[in-house]
Amino acid sequence: MMNRRNFNKLLGAGLVTAAAPKIVTPALAEDVLKVGFVYFGPVGDFGWTYQHDVGRMDIVKKFGDKVKTTYVENVPESADAERVIANLAAKGHKLIFTTSFGYMDPTIKAAKRFPKTYFEHCAGYKLASNVSVYEARFYEGRYVQGVIAGMMSKTGVAGYIASIPIPEVIMGMNAFLLGMRSVNPAAKLKFIMVNTWYDPGKEGDAAKALIDQGCDIVTQHTDSTAPLQVYAQRGIKGFGEATDMLKFAPGAQLTASVNNWGPYYVKRVQDVLDGTWKSANTWGGLASGMLEMAPYHNMPDNVIAAAKATEEGIKSGKIVIFKGPLKDQKGIAKSTEGVVLDDGSISSMDWLVEGVVGDLPK
Amino acid sequence: MQLKLEPRGFQSKFWSYASPVLAIALTIATMAVIFLVLGKDPVISLYTFLIEPLVAENGATELLVKASPLILMGVGISLAYRANVWDIGAEGEFTIGALFGGGIGLAFPDLPFSLLFPLMLIAGMIGGMLWAMLVALLRTQFNANEILTSLMLTYIAQLILIYMVTGPWRDPQGFGFPQTAMFSANATNPTIIEGTRLHLGIFFALAAAAAGWLLLTRSLLGFQLRVQGFAPRAARFAGFKETRLVWTALALTGGLAGIAGTLEVSGPIGQLTPQISPGYGYTAIIVAFLGRLHPIGVVFAALLLGLSYLGGEAAQIELALPSAVTGIFQGVLLFYLLGCDTLILYRLRLRSSRPAALRA
Repeated sequence: MMNRRNFNKLLGAGLVTAAAPKIVTPALAEDVLKVGFVYFGPVGDFGWTYQHDVGRMDIVKKFGDKVKTTYVENVPESADAERVIANLAAKGHKLIFTTSFGYMDPTIKAAKRFPKTYFEHCAGYKLASNVSVYEARFYEGRYVQGVIAGMMSKTGVAGYIASIPIPEVIMGMNAFLLGMRSVNPAAKLKFIMVNTWYDPGKEGDAAKALIDQGCDIVTQHTDSTAPLQVYAQRGIKGFGEATDMLKFAPGAQLTASVNNWGPYYVKRVQDVLDGTWKSANTWGGLASGMLEMAPYHNMPDNVIAAAKATEEGIKSGKIVIFKGPLKDQKGIAKSTEGVVLDDGSISSMDWLVEGVVGDLPK
Repeated sequence: MQLKLEPRGFQSKFWSYASPVLAIALTIATMAVIFLVLGKDPVISLYTFLIEPLVAENGATELLVKASPLILMGVGISLAYRANVWDIGAEGEFTIGALFGGGIGLAFPDLPFSLLFPLMLIAGMIGGMLWAMLVALLRTQFNANEILTSLMLTYIAQLILIYMVTGPWRDPQGFGFPQTAMFSANATNPTIIEGTRLHLGIFFALAAAAAGWLLLTRSLLGFQLRVQGFAPRAARFAGFKETRLVWTALALTGGLAGIAGTLEVSGPIGQLTPQISPGYGYTAIIVAFLGRLHPIGVVFAALLLGLSYLGGEAAQIELALPSAVTGIFQGVLLFYLLGCDTLILYRLRLRSSRPAALRA
């Protein structure tokens, strides 16, 4: 605790540093690694940001006093992002995770100013010698969800609450429908682009609109639990996003794709401690454990069995999701029989497979 | 027993200026109590929230970066509100201004800076003006309430921005991400101090505040705007044209917001993205009221509001407080400001219910 005299000293120090160009970072034991996190949503979104924070707590659990973690939440993807990222770096955070795609250029800019700080950007594509990118193969989970939806849907029409038309979302929609069509070749997918990652009101409205359009299974690519609560009210089933949201809709959630960042975060912290951190592009999926399926509920045993088999198939490589023949919405071939799309084509996907209803912005 | 607000019948000049100062003092005292309840040392918390952001590396310049768009928009909003023109759509005018200015920057990346950058600013100003003038048109021709129309146009502006960055203007090398390419060096709002993000915006903001002050206090137009706001009937008797004043007020707000939008995207952001404003247009409304609808007051108010954002981040980093601390600070500040204002014009009287009975 601080008494007045200490405070005056601090004030004095503040005035001195105001005159000097650099701030004196508060003293910390030298072997303590400071790790910073920049969050897009509140830690209490129980979705995307919450799950990153679970990963942060894995670091705390694993390293205890050897690290000190800090987070800043609700950071807009505007000019504010670079300030927050640079601020963390200036305050001695040696490893900084920026956990939204909109932080891409702000992260790159801050990384130029702080060449000795390591940055980890989630969901982007720009690398630098001190910037890594990491992302989970969410589309694998979407395929599993699609298989479940294909078996469970009576109307054969599923809904997808899409956030922003970026490849990550587009490949998710495609994988979902491909999974659905693997059991019901006539299945269709309708989507609504809500242009936000987190807006419970908009997400809930989109869920209602999709249900009104005949979708009896809905999935979401947004972060709040609002859609699940709508499914429960309207008596349909759906999937949770980013985290196991079962407790918000015990009778409506089938499963959820769970982002499990902890092991990756722990590894990267270890790399920094060992002095072996290198810029890398990591894209982990079900096999590496970066993505997990939440326990299966609210579905018959044969569907659970099929879902588990699909999960295993993806892990072992027996099931390849983006494998030809693949056709886009206009029927133009995107891949011929047996030809598998490489990671480059998947991560820049800007077309929807045949059977998805609705247009992407041109 | 009954509490009653009674008009004081006069307005103290001293207290109209002292009221924001008192409100700020009360806010700081309240925040100290809140920090204490949260189990933090109030002194060190207040230091972290209010002073640390200024002494941190680049802190002072970052505050000016944050305050510049707030000042530009706050000045415009103040002028309009003085004339009873309640434009709450500065956010949308900022967005359209950024699209116009940014569009020029993307279309002619190779023009020399001395030509391109002024062109971008002019385009941004025109964009913001056009958007605000839609509001003026709806109000003057159809008597549509500008509070509603300007707010709804903000949503439309945001959707146009999203459409442009996910569609026609999307960076072809951007893997489908909804962003334009970065602006060329010639289309970039330059930084004033090497190693910081302080850009030309602060000069425009201060110039706008000075010009706004001159306009309001030294020009016929300013006089007309004020009379229109205070006493619309008197304005009519004096022969001031209400319609023209509405157009002028909205053009000023829109133009300044448009310039702010262009400066922001060509400066600290460097490209057009779906989220170019963290709600500047709405914050600028608080700034305008906090600054007494006075262009110079707006400068101080913008600095204070800007500080509350930086302070909130510092409190998260240093004290592990939640980001809600910024919102609480702003809410408490507004509460005290409105409270102080009310008590300057009115006095609280305790009245028992008996006198009424006696009278009967």
